[in-house]
Amino acid sequence: MATENYSVIGKPLPKVDGIAKATGQTKYADDINLPRQLYCKLLRSPHAHAKILSIDTSKAEKFPGVRVVLTGHVMPTEFGIMPSSQDEHALSFEKVRYVGDPVAAVAAVDEETAERACELIEVKYEILPAIMTIEDAINKSEPRIHEKHGSGGNLSKIVALEFGEVEKGLQEADLVQEDTFFFQGNTHLPMEQHAALASYEPDGKLTLWSSTQTPHYVHRALAKVLQIPESRIRVIAPPTGGGFGGKDDPFSHEIAIAKLSMMTGRPVKITLTRDEVFYAHRGRHPVLMWVKTGFKRDGRITAMHFKSHLDGGAHGSYGVASTYYTGALQTVTCKVPAYKFEGVRVFTNKPPCGPKRGHGTPQPRFALEVHFDKVAEKLGIDPVDLRLRNLVDPDSLTVNWLRITSCGLRECIEKVADASEFKKKRGKLGYGKGVGFGVGSYICGAGLPIYWNDMPHSEVHIKVDRTGRVTAFSGTIDIGQGSNTVLATIVAEILGLMPDEIQLVTADTDLTPIDLGSYSSRVTLMMGNAAVEAATNMKKILCEAASMKLEVPVDRIELRDHKVFDKANPAKSMAFEEAARLAESKFGALAAVGSYTPPKKPGTYKGSGVGPSPAYSYSACVAQVDCDPETGDVKVEKIWLAHDIGQCINEMLVIGQVEGSVYMALGEVLMEEMEYRNRMGIHKIPSLLDYKSPTTKEMPPVETILIKNAESRGPFGAKEVGQGPLLPVIPAVVNAVYDALGVRIDEIPITPDKVLKALDLKAQGKEPRVGPTSIPKAPFPPALKVEPPEEWKSQLMSTL
Amino acid sequence: MLRLPPFEYYAPKSAAQAAKMLAEFGPEALLVAGGTDVYPKMKRYQFQPKALISLKQIKRLSGILGSNSKGFVLKSGTTLTEVASHSSLSKAYPGLAKAAGVVSTPILRNMGTIGGNLCLDTRCNYYDQTHHWRKSISWCMKAPGAKGVLFKPSATRDESIPCRVAPGGDRCWAVSSTDTAPVMVALGAQVVLVSAKGERVIPAKQLYCDDGIRYVTKRPDEILTEIHLPPADGIKTTYLKLRRRGSFDFPVLGVAVALKQAEDKTITDCKIVLGGIASYPVEFEQAEKMLIGQKPTLELIEHVAQTVFGPARPMDNTDYQIYYRKRMAPVYVKRALLELTS
Ligand SMILES: Cc1cc2nc3c(=O)[nH]c(=O)nc-3n(C[C@H](O)[C@H](O)[C@H](O)COP(=O)(O)OP(=O)(O)OC[C@H]3O[C@@H](n4cnc5c(N)ncnc54)[C@H](O)[C@@H]3O)c2cc1C
Ligand code: SF4
Repeated sequence: MATENYSVIGKPLPKVDGIAKATGQTKYADDINLPRQLYCKLLRSPHAHAKILSIDTSKAEKFPGVRVVLTGHVMPTEFGIMPSSQDEHALSFEKVRYVGDPVAAVAAVDEETAERACELIEVKYEILPAIMTIEDAINKSEPRIHEKHGSGGNLSKIVALEFGEVEKGLQEADLVQEDTFFFQGNTHLPMEQHAALASYEPDGKLTLWSSTQTPHYVHRALAKVLQIPESRIRVIAPPTGGGFGGKDDPFSHEIAIAKLSMMTGRPVKITLTRDEVFYAHRGRHPVLMWVKTGFKRDGRITAMHFKSHLDGGAHGSYGVASTYYTGALQTVTCKVPAYKFEGVRVFTNKPPCGPKRGHGTPQPRFALEVHFDKVAEKLGIDPVDLRLRNLVDPDSLTVNWLRITSCGLRECIEKVADASEFKKKRGKLGYGKGVGFGVGSYICGAGLPIYWNDMPHSEVHIKVDRTGRVTAFSGTIDIGQGSNTVLATIVAEILGLMPDEIQLVTADTDLTPIDLGSYSSRVTLMMGNAAVEAATNMKKILCEAASMKLEVPVDRIELRDHKVFDKANPAKSMAFEEAARLAESKFGALAAVGSYTPPKKPGTYKGSGVGPSPAYSYSACVAQVDCDPETGDVKVEKIWLAHDIGQCINEMLVIGQVEGSVYMALGEVLMEEMEYRNRMGIHKIPSLLDYKSPTTKEMPPVETILIKNAESRGPFGAKEVGQGPLLPVIPAVVNAVYDALGVRIDEIPITPDKVLKALDLKAQGKEPRVGPTSIPKAPFPPALKVEPPEEWKSQLMSTL
Repeated sequence: MLRLPPFEYYAPKSAAQAAKMLAEFGPEALLVAGGTDVYPKMKRYQFQPKALISLKQIKRLSGILGSNSKGFVLKSGTTLTEVASHSSLSKAYPGLAKAAGVVSTPILRNMGTIGGNLCLDTRCNYYDQTHHWRKSISWCMKAPGAKGVLFKPSATRDESIPCRVAPGGDRCWAVSSTDTAPVMVALGAQVVLVSAKGERVIPAKQLYCDDGIRYVTKRPDEILTEIHLPPADGIKTTYLKLRRRGSFDFPVLGVAVALKQAEDKTITDCKIVLGGIASYPVEFEQAEKMLIGQKPTLELIEHVAQTVFGPARPMDNTDYQIYYRKRMAPVYVKRALLELTS
């Protein structure tokens, strides 16, 4: 169906919560206060790695204004986001694993008192050597950061998979290209610092308000650690001021305040400071990568071997998934007939890494797209044509068993190249100026839940009352991405109303049905499908009631513009409210439900759980840069970004997500770094001023091109846009720097000193490249051999 | 969020009254003007004064007087926004307006004052950190931190605690990070210092000293009330700033150049002052001498600029790699000289 036929879908209507946000009236977690509330502060470890010998809280307890001082001994149960990463204590009591690791919590009458009391807690540590680098973690199994978790030594996870015959493919290649890359870690930097408020009521029930992207998983962690039944816990996620993956895990501070509230019988509040947010982290993994790909002279890929080494920080977090993600989606943009992936994630004494926008895929995407740029040059093929020559087919299975449904990548590539005049500009803008190209693809929701179960991933309830008021209930949490608007728009479209007329009740585990959370770009597709089903069910009820009154067959009834009418004779109609009243008289209470469960994953091998998605979004990007060869400064002049959205639910939100992704990508490629003073094991600059993230002054104009090929599995054909558009931007900038200066920076961020170093090498007649030169020897197991899908076997014979 | 430690707050109505209070409190008191440096640092417990004496209520401490021919008087409480946008001042000394206009962000420039900017504390990546962070590295000479008491008051050097940047030495290398000081030094500005004991006027250059802890020669009981600028009289000025981003960031290199040329382009006077590379604004007299009496050519400028490379010795305690900052010094000096002479 074309967009014009919709009344609200795809229209650039304002966000339903936009005015409240723009005028500062949205109530975030930190804005909520309860009578008699106490304030909590956490005492954090000053050491990167140490045994805790003793904790003496007696002085702190006597400090006037302090109600309780809490240590970890009373909450010994371990938790973590994934079943495989139950390796965190709410408060550490055996050992600390990074500077900033929480060891005690104080509840006091105000924040100042709690902070001062923390200073009075005496912790005796036995300092252990800190493991601060990927190399160290691979080479040193002692001291172990986790005695009981991971894959032995300081390895958090190690995997090896092979699909098809990689060696054979490489032998058949005319060109085998081998590269190493490093992607530095960086963090989410949401404007809202994590805040939470816990209230344990006299009836033995606990309520937690928290700025989280995953109230359902927080709910589970609270029950596990506090050892109270889930039925006695309620988790509410107020509107969240930015997440980007940084609020996807259950956190120490949430559990600690819940326990403090149980101990004091008073509500307890905590708001992290900015440096604490840096310590909570769960951001982008630093990844050292190696890739070897075989190509035919005409540019077709014969085989690929990819290795990734992830610096996981002190905990598992989403790390197992992150590890697989660094190897999963390479095959979703280009046909790879044989593919081998080896991945290792290590523990280090730094704040834990986890998911950040693009979770585990921006790093390999950067590597791959720069790798291809080098190959294109060697083969004398335009980078755009190289991608087109290897383009995946819609409705196909990849060699690693991922089901591609709709694919607008060809249109993305062609349109973005046209709009930017890429082919005309490449190599011709003069020294210092250049253009670069890259593509990317991302999942529209993980096909599997985080803990194994067969139940729906998202459910929506809709209630209509006799005044015609419509309320939609959903567990989704709006972290700024606009899920509230998506929900309201879908329900409004189906019921013939306007989005701002739909009342929303969201992200409250007591009042709303399940949604797994705002992560993995799953919400529009999954909640959207559940909302379509619920609204369609409600529509049926209303149509049935109206059909009797209007004396028109039910399949001729339509809802639009507040009216319920006969499609064949629109004059025969009634107001929406009237239909609601008729329906309630006839059927009683008006309620409808919908749910969504993703299709079964096509692969069955161990590790096939990461990568499958109901659908994949596609993007292509051209970046134009102006580099100053004297200072090494890289200025991005313009970004063209084409994104295969399937269908916009709200076009303004889609463009907003594209621009936000571009902004975040530019920070990662040009300046952002989680830097540590390795000797001291401490984050170099945990502050908003010194952790450099771009300002509006660094933001170039962005030309967004939307490709709308409806996706059969998406609500109204929609796919994701929250994460995918970030992916191609990073390599596009890196490739543009090469076009401008003829130097390869195989390590991001591209800071000016690296550019100058590469130019120096060039001037000395050496290889003009800055980047890693080797990879450590990781103990990868023999690869698990996976048979490629049938269609690949026949294709292989025809192409090779 | 980070909370301010408790303190007493006084808002005298005149400079004399403020000077009297300062004398009474002694080193336990600290002046605050716009507070854009004082408050964030107090929140991080870099110092914890017993009393703050605010200059905000002193009306006569704000404003810009004078003219191109007579020279200007800047009252110390004038905001950076005013300094940056004052029409005759910015015509006479575009370099000063430029420096004031690139301090931090528009919002902070509306609060921050020129006096506060000249007296700005030196900065260091080991010092401008939260209490928890500094405790983790076991403190440093400039911020000795907790010893028995919860938090220590300001300006207490403890030489038994090493500097983290250069642990072997006996000094602090925190960096002069004010944007306007290099320009003031280059312009030969004079500053007026008032205390209960009287008033003294010293050249801006003499306001600073090569020590990250006692970075000004101004005594704690003195108030900087005015800055006197000589008549512009054909002086051309500019200021170039190296920083990661186009806003927010402190200078990690600031190049101020003031020069005069005769009719035939011969340089008759020249000052080159660099901020962000040491604990004080550094004047490069050798480079100046090489230019005076010469007609500027590209070769000469490049040659002169190169001479700042050796003496510019930044330490590893700000943003960017040190070698990069060092390497940028001649580039920025060259660009500033080219801007003024071409
Ligand atoms: C995020 C951020 C970015 C910043 N970026 C920059 C930058 O790029 N460049 C830059 O130069 N600065 C920067 N600053 C620092 C600061 O904002 C400015 O230097 C500002 O001009 C300070 O003026 P103020 O009036 O707020 O000083 P205050 O904070 O009030 O005082 C600063 C110091 O000066 C002393 N003082 C103030 N007035 C007087 C007086 N009349 N006599 C004697 N002593 C006095 C105070 O006691 C204190 O020691 C930044 C600050 C922040 C928070
Ligand atoms: S230079 Fe040394 S003494 Fe001075 S603030 Fe930095 S670490 Fe401390």
